[in-house]
Amino acid sequence: MSTITADEISAIEKRHPHIFQRPAYKRFWPLLLVAGTVLYLGYALWFFSLPQVLRESHWERLPLFLSQWISYDLQPEFRLDQPEITPKYPRFSALGENPNPDWVIKNPDGTYTVQIDGDAKFVTFDKTKATLTANGVTVPIRLTGGKPVVTGPAPDWVTVHDDEIVAKMGFAGEVRVTVDRVKVRKRFLGWANFVFDTRSPFFGKPAGEVMSLIVSGPELQPGTSNLALAADNIWNNAQWQHGDVWTKLLQTIVMAFLGTLLGGIVAFPLAFFAARNITPSGLLSQVLKRFFDFMRSVDMLIWALFFTRAFGPGPLAGSAAIFFTEIGTLGKTYSEALENIDDKAREGVLSTGANGILVQRYGVLPEVVPIFISQTLYQWESNTRGATIIGAVGAGGIGLKLWEAMRTNSNWANVFYMVLLTLLVVFVFDNISNFLRRRLSRTLHDYNRLQAERG
Amino acid sequence: MTSATLHSDATRQQADAWRRQTSVRRFYTALGVGLLLVAMCATMWFADEANAGHFFDRLPHILDFLSWLIPKDWNDVWRALFDIASPSDKGTQEFNFPLGRVYVWGGFYIPEYFELMLTTVNVALVSTFIGFVFAVPFSFIAARNLTPSPILRLIVKRFMELLRAFPEIVIAGLFAAIVSIGPVAAIIAIGLHSIGALGKLFYEINENIDMRPEEGLRAVGANWFERVRFADLPQVLPNFMSYTLLRIEINVRISTIMGAVGGGGIGEELKLAISRGFGAKTLALVLLLFITIFLVDQFSAWLRRKLVGEQAFLMSA
Repeated sequence: MSTITADEISAIEKRHPHIFQRPAYKRFWPLLLVAGTVLYLGYALWFFSLPQVLRESHWERLPLFLSQWISYDLQPEFRLDQPEITPKYPRFSALGENPNPDWVIKNPDGTYTVQIDGDAKFVTFDKTKATLTANGVTVPIRLTGGKPVVTGPAPDWVTVHDDEIVAKMGFAGEVRVTVDRVKVRKRFLGWANFVFDTRSPFFGKPAGEVMSLIVSGPELQPGTSNLALAADNIWNNAQWQHGDVWTKLLQTIVMAFLGTLLGGIVAFPLAFFAARNITPSGLLSQVLKRFFDFMRSVDMLIWALFFTRAFGPGPLAGSAAIFFTEIGTLGKTYSEALENIDDKAREGVLSTGANGILVQRYGVLPEVVPIFISQTLYQWESNTRGATIIGAVGAGGIGLKLWEAMRTNSNWANVFYMVLLTLLVVFVFDNISNFLRRRLSRTLHDYNRLQAERG
Repeated sequence: MTSATLHSDATRQQADAWRRQTSVRRFYTALGVGLLLVAMCATMWFADEANAGHFFDRLPHILDFLSWLIPKDWNDVWRALFDIASPSDKGTQEFNFPLGRVYVWGGFYIPEYFELMLTTVNVALVSTFIGFVFAVPFSFIAARNLTPSPILRLIVKRFMELLRAFPEIVIAGLFAAIVSIGPVAAIIAIGLHSIGALGKLFYEINENIDMRPEEGLRAVGANWFERVRFADLPQVLPNFMSYTLLRIEINVRISTIMGAVGGGGIGEELKLAISRGFGAKTLALVLLLFITIFLVDQFSAWLRRKLVGEQAFLMSA
């Protein structure tokens, strides 16, 4: 093993001064960058008063909301101050007009049993007492004497308030007991009534029966075939609004497609006048480039708000907003692509005496069209995603519907349904665009290889 | 004589072949353009039908907005921008500019719109930072040439894809219910999206690096972290920075839109001003937003040019 002597070290240092004796600012700028970032983050912490926001946030809601994405609940209520105890369901309950679920049991001795989770978690009650059973523990509650009282020790899943006892039974649901009523919330995995809502004649029927009704059953509604009726019932499902959701989704797709396409059509000729190597006038090029910057810098939001006011809310406003932004973005990228072309092909065509348009057609276009298409596809892809957000300010599409469903904080299953559809659309369009771009780049690649082989 | 005929025969054959080839290509091009035109007309019709107001009904009124947008006194735009009391103030919100002043120290104040703009820009910066911090390690795990485990790679890739495609507005809405409506929910939403978006770009850069430094380090027995730190990172950092700067440009725009749907910042104020028809305020806000986005774009473009030069600049468009 050979060791380096001090002389050799200094010789190496002398030979490579740009590595060993760099100016101070070059040596320290990464450190400065990190220090600056840390300082900025401290400032941001204070600016958004993050500690306070986090302290006051309700993280316990997160699992609740997330579980609501894939589940629904039924909330029977039992009035104890009536002559006879009967279950009442809220209007628009997922069970429909005549609920009679098998988990609400009227016992022979006049008491009621509601199973929250089979035989493991349930509540049994009459007018004077209630018994909660869960996690292998039985909690008796006395309802006489003006307020509910737990007789015996209360486990930690039972909370005793002044006039109400709340028993949380995990994902399965919860029971609230007061002197004059018992409220149950029972949670089910899945989406209720996803196909037929409670008003549909097909509601509650098993799939096989629905099928046979559609194929060979008697007309449930005279004058319309069962198939048409079923389709109509699904499309107009009151709870899931399939028809409306799919129409809005189509609007989002249309907005992105139309806006990007029109933007490309307008930007295409303008880019030739903006490209410094093609247009002879420097002034025109500068004016157009600033115009592109202007269209881009006036944000898509501003365009959306203006066009929503001009055309009224809907996909027309959204398309116009994307169109205007896209003139700027595509104009800029097109003209940059034009400025980077190889000028030899153009000169060749020019030397044959071709006029201006022919020079562009045969000397420039073959080189840039694949790049143009690729960039347009890329913008299309990103606009499909962007159109969702733009919609929320009133520019049409699924965005507004999503925002409205979320604002009530109660319709998370519908939100998730729309999210899934949006994800599907984004995924499909990403893949189409990627496929087309890969095809394009292969053509470009083959073309270049052929050129190279020919020398 | 014969050789000349032969030669011209060959030329003719070549010309015929070329013509056949181009005619097929022309046919497909025409077909594609035709389909595109049909799709364009159909979607135009659809968008028009579905809209609240129809294109040709509204077209004569398209310039109506000028009637409320153009202020009677152009100085009101400056006054609105800097929160200076206006003589047009008749007790309504339209011209009550000093109302929103943010007092910092005694009589010294920040004009309301500058404060809001600062919020929007800060949302964009912080969320880009979140995106960068998480995207860098994810991108190393997702790169085929750096991480041998296909399962790990697949999980990280799918996760980033999900983050990218998930509508930001839903994340914002979800967190609005948890951390209260406002900029923090917007930061989380845009930040999560940025992780996915930057992560994808980053791992594609990682997969295209020169592997020789990596092999060299492997030969002297460096572990995974050392290889990534000393072989990969120096190669990719300029490109990472360039894409991050590009992301800042995009995030400023998204955070403006997020503001309009409750994420705090300038978007909300702009939406209110436009929907109420406050001309001077709208112009002041549009001007401020325009200048900010323009400056951010120009600054980022300048920095990116310094970092990676002209050629990678085009790719990112």
